Amino acid sequence: MSENGTMDLITINIDGSDVQVPKGINVIEAVKMVGKGKEVPHYCYHPKLSIAGNCRMCLVEMGMPMRDRATGEPILDENGVQKIGWIPKPTIGCATNASPGMHIKTKSSMVQESRNGVTEFLLINHPLDCPICDQAGECRLQEFSAEHGRGYSRFIEEKNVKPKRTRLGPRVTLDDERCILCSRCIRFSKEIADDDVLGFVDRGTYSTLTCYPGKELENNYSLNTVDICPVGALTSTDFRFKMRVWFLKRTNSICTESSVGTNTEIWSREGKIYRITPRRNDAVNDTWMTDSGRALYKAVESEDRLTHYTVGGVYKSSDEVARVAAECLKAGDVAIVGSAHSSVEEQFYYKTIAESSGAKVFLVSHCGEGDGLLQSEDRTPNLRGALVTGLIDQLPEAELSSLARDISSGAVKTILVVNEDITALGVAPELLSKVKLIYVGSHTNDTAKVADVVIPSLMVFEKDGTFINQSFRLQKFKMAIPSSSGLEPDYRVLDKIAALLSGGKPSATTLDYVWQRMASELDTLDSDLSWRGITDEGIALDPGALVELPFAETKNLKYDPVAFREAQLAPVGA
Amino acid sequence: MACRLLNFQKKNLTTMTHEETRLIMKYADEPGYTNDIDCYIKHGGYEDLKKAVTMKPEDICAEVMESGVRGRGGAGFPAGMKWKFLDRKSGKPIYLVCNADESEPGTFKDRQIIHKDPHQLIEGMMISAFAIQAKLAFIYIRGEFFQGYRILEKAIEEAREKNFLGDNILGSDYSCDIIVHRGAGAYICGEETGLIESLEGNRANPRIKPPYFPAALGLYQCPTIVNNVETLCDVKHIVAMGGKEFAGIGTQGNTGTRTWCVSGHVMKPGYYEFACSDITLGELIYDVCGGLKPGRKLKAVIPGGSSAKVLRADERFTGKLKDGTEFDWGIEDIPMDFDSLAAVGSMSGSGGVIIMDDSTDIVEALANINYFYAHESCGQCTPCREGVPWMRKITQRMVDGNAREEDAQLLNDIADQIAGRTICAFGEAAAWPVQSFIAKFKDEFVEKARDQAARRKEGIEPAKETTLI
Amino acid sequence: MNLKPATIEKIDKLVPRYPTMRSAALPLCHLVQEDQGYLSNEAMEWIAERLELTPINIKEIVTFYPMLRTEPTGKYHVRVCRTLPCALAGAYQTCQRLEEELNVKVGHTSEDGLVTLEYVECHADCGRAPVVMIGEEEYTDIDPDRAAEMATKMKTGELSDGLPTA
Repeated sequence: MSENGTMDLITINIDGSDVQVPKGINVIEAVKMVGKGKEVPHYCYHPKLSIAGNCRMCLVEMGMPMRDRATGEPILDENGVQKIGWIPKPTIGCATNASPGMHIKTKSSMVQESRNGVTEFLLINHPLDCPICDQAGECRLQEFSAEHGRGYSRFIEEKNVKPKRTRLGPRVTLDDERCILCSRCIRFSKEIADDDVLGFVDRGTYSTLTCYPGKELENNYSLNTVDICPVGALTSTDFRFKMRVWFLKRTNSICTESSVGTNTEIWSREGKIYRITPRRNDAVNDTWMTDSGRALYKAVESEDRLTHYTVGGVYKSSDEVARVAAECLKAGDVAIVGSAHSSVEEQFYYKTIAESSGAKVFLVSHCGEGDGLLQSEDRTPNLRGALVTGLIDQLPEAELSSLARDISSGAVKTILVVNEDITALGVAPELLSKVKLIYVGSHTNDTAKVADVVIPSLMVFEKDGTFINQSFRLQKFKMAIPSSSGLEPDYRVLDKIAALLSGGKPSATTLDYVWQRMASELDTLDSDLSWRGITDEGIALDPGALVELPFAETKNLKYDPVAFREAQLAPVGA
Repeated sequence: MACRLLNFQKKNLTTMTHEETRLIMKYADEPGYTNDIDCYIKHGGYEDLKKAVTMKPEDICAEVMESGVRGRGGAGFPAGMKWKFLDRKSGKPIYLVCNADESEPGTFKDRQIIHKDPHQLIEGMMISAFAIQAKLAFIYIRGEFFQGYRILEKAIEEAREKNFLGDNILGSDYSCDIIVHRGAGAYICGEETGLIESLEGNRANPRIKPPYFPAALGLYQCPTIVNNVETLCDVKHIVAMGGKEFAGIGTQGNTGTRTWCVSGHVMKPGYYEFACSDITLGELIYDVCGGLKPGRKLKAVIPGGSSAKVLRADERFTGKLKDGTEFDWGIEDIPMDFDSLAAVGSMSGSGGVIIMDDSTDIVEALANINYFYAHESCGQCTPCREGVPWMRKITQRMVDGNAREEDAQLLNDIADQIAGRTICAFGEAAAWPVQSFIAKFKDEFVEKARDQAARRKEGIEPAKETTLI
Repeated sequence: MNLKPATIEKIDKLVPRYPTMRSAALPLCHLVQEDQGYLSNEAMEWIAERLELTPINIKEIVTFYPMLRTEPTGKYHVRVCRTLPCALAGAYQTCQRLEEELNVKVGHTSEDGLVTLEYVECHADCGRAPVVMIGEEEYTDIDPDRAAEMATKMKTGELSDGLPTA
């Protein structure tokens, strides 16, 4: 980056074509950037880890324009073009950084031979167990062997024997015979997870990945090693043998574990989720995510899901339940306990409902210890959403004693509770008998059990929507699986209630419409924002005065509250 | 040849036809010469350090550059040039590391210096450290040199007491200490970035270059010079006589002396110091080392440590030297120096000359070498980790009685897939023996395969017990 | 860890000499091994803690360098160089003779715990091959007959174990 914040572009030549790339970018990234789907094959290189240069798969030919050593003058060929001094040996693309005039060959016979050689070497001691290997379908070795392998083996000696199917930690299984010793997992543990437990023991061909005896790879980021393992050496103990990856559909989503808003992919088939993996977003989570965030989908099929709209315990249609809820709310003396787990769109509707019913709005903060990486102190995905939509105008407290007082005094006679068990938050269970209770949530709890009206809501995997993360980044999540109970998206039911409250008629609505409304009604949002305009990378919102609120987050992987605030307050153009 | 400089010890060898030029080993084998500091000082020791600390550091560097001295560790890179590449502007501390990990099979010269004349090394190191303005110096000594380690520790204490190292050396404002750091049995620590990793407390995995050139990003990511024991001793003599005079020993581009370490099938194996180009390989074998064992004929020579390409006794070597001179040599005519050995397709390397007579089973010899490199591969990068042990398995199978005719070609293919594609020069070190043995003795590999195939067919056990593996 | 006071003293003197603590890892492995005879898990953990590292950092190097051992050796630790110059001088025959005389296979420790016999790579004394080391003591020009003599002296206890007397 140059001083004015723009990328310095330089010209290099890849396979005969001049291309513009950012200065200093390595050859693998440069080819990826301009290669139209072409890539320099590699195993050990990872954009978010230090360069190891050990796999030797990314060997390319490199040359620089020749200059006379004495005079510094360019040396020209017979056509007056500056000659290129090619290095006689191939060089690794991962550690070769673009400099002006650099020439790269990625397809020459020397390069092909190098790749074929590395492929043959990696296969001689590799077990031929692809049919029973869980990595099949996303194995770099399998892919490159098809492209660069000779198709038969010249190796007739005994293969090395190493430990198989060992427990590396509670969630990770290791097969050392498949390991190609790229050291990605070791570098990740050391450099990102700050948990230096993995290492290679023994030497040469006997080098073996292991954990120190008695220790385990058990940190909350252990499954990232599985993601970055280019072969089937590290596999997820949970996902092992559950499903071939090529049968799975991938849907972009956002992790709801904390306000970090880690970008994720949901892997599902026929309405069932099999795993969650991180999706690269350099502004949010790089390529990582927590292990705990990956397990959240298990709640989709849990026993305590709410599955039916009910009034007084009797099954109703969504229209009917909306009508009853609206009636309750119309009676006045309403309190709404909103949720920072709701999407921005849902929060917008709660705000609308609060306005038309004159409700007092409460929200509960859910904080824990941050891990300095991707689990922030605020354990909700969308507190900023509640602020941006105007559902709340200050930071919430951790309990609801003031609501309890309002109920006791009779000031509140109807409560709409979203996702919270208010009996655990300072509202004594016996108080709930004094009020009409509407509960909206995905799972049952002690509050839901005594509610007069129950509106089951969908989990993040089952609906579309947006969250606003710790750095006011508006991020979109998409429906990965349909609701198994045939429930409608929350915002549709809420739209019905809101319409009834304002005297309108319930109608089927879309997120495009919701966003049109939000963009025009909310001062905090740019008026040209639209549902379709929200890209996969998300959109950085201007927090305005909200940046001054004392949020709970401290510095983590991509967010530094002090620097963030300063950047927001700095005059434009500085 | 006449004695050119009084400073040399000329040693008459029994044949009287070839005199050693003893510069580094001048006193090493003199009766009564011991490794304690008083003896060293009595023989004029540390006078050159006294001179050096009154010089400007850059003037010493200039002398070293002018001397043309090339690294004695194996690669033969000009030491003055190496020093010139040192990043002096980083503001970071500079380190000097003496590579005393002498581990190239066939080489045993550094051991002699350490055991017999440790103060020469310390003096050379302190002069070098002053010249590059090193903050701290290390001697990385191979772990197997238990005694050498103790000798160096004692010598350093002696030198510290006399202020030849430590704070304000000899009253100057330059301070530098030496730490002796022991290896633990890893050939790869001879590779300078592997050595640095080892010194930092890691597995000795060599670093990728770029970006980790020691002169800029070496020990602790600081500018670092790594020099061989013998090279650092040369620096002392360069300061003593001046770079120009040093350059007068040997020939252009091949200056100073080399200590040739001769092992294998000769009557008098040992180390012999000659001015570069002063002697031919034939003279070394037959005149200096007493020739071969009775009734034996020369079969092959590995002239620069086991990674150097093998020379076949009945080869003709023709071509042009760097200066354009044409040559047409038999093996005995090859002058012992950097450029001549490079011109015949091998290298002078670390000076380890391994002689093999006609009793040698060439496949077994290669199997032995492959065993070594497979054992010593650090295992970091794919071609070396996988390829070298594969070559070992093949040659082991061949000596075990299951050789195939296609094995020679396969071995060569594997070596080709290693050389030039690894993180460090170990790839070449392991590939060159295979490539050269196959190129020069293919007939013996094929013959072994045929012989064994015939025996297998007849159900006869392998011909004889192996002797080299 | 029951390290001798002298070892602790050496360690405490050595560590601060290095610009980084980690640099002292290999020297500490040597010192603790000399003290204990080998490097147990407990020893590796102790070294790691002393240098503010994790145990895997130490295990990585202990298993990389062949001179570092995770098991004790016999009273006599016999190392025979098998690399080419020694092999050309008959090292394999020397080792074979030692195996016979000492009744132990190379790579193993004799049942009575008297001898550990190992092949090692080049010890850089190729001019006096074959080279055999016992403990820290080097023996050169060891042909099979001299090997047999040494074996006899090991059995009678006449030969030094080659370890420095503390």
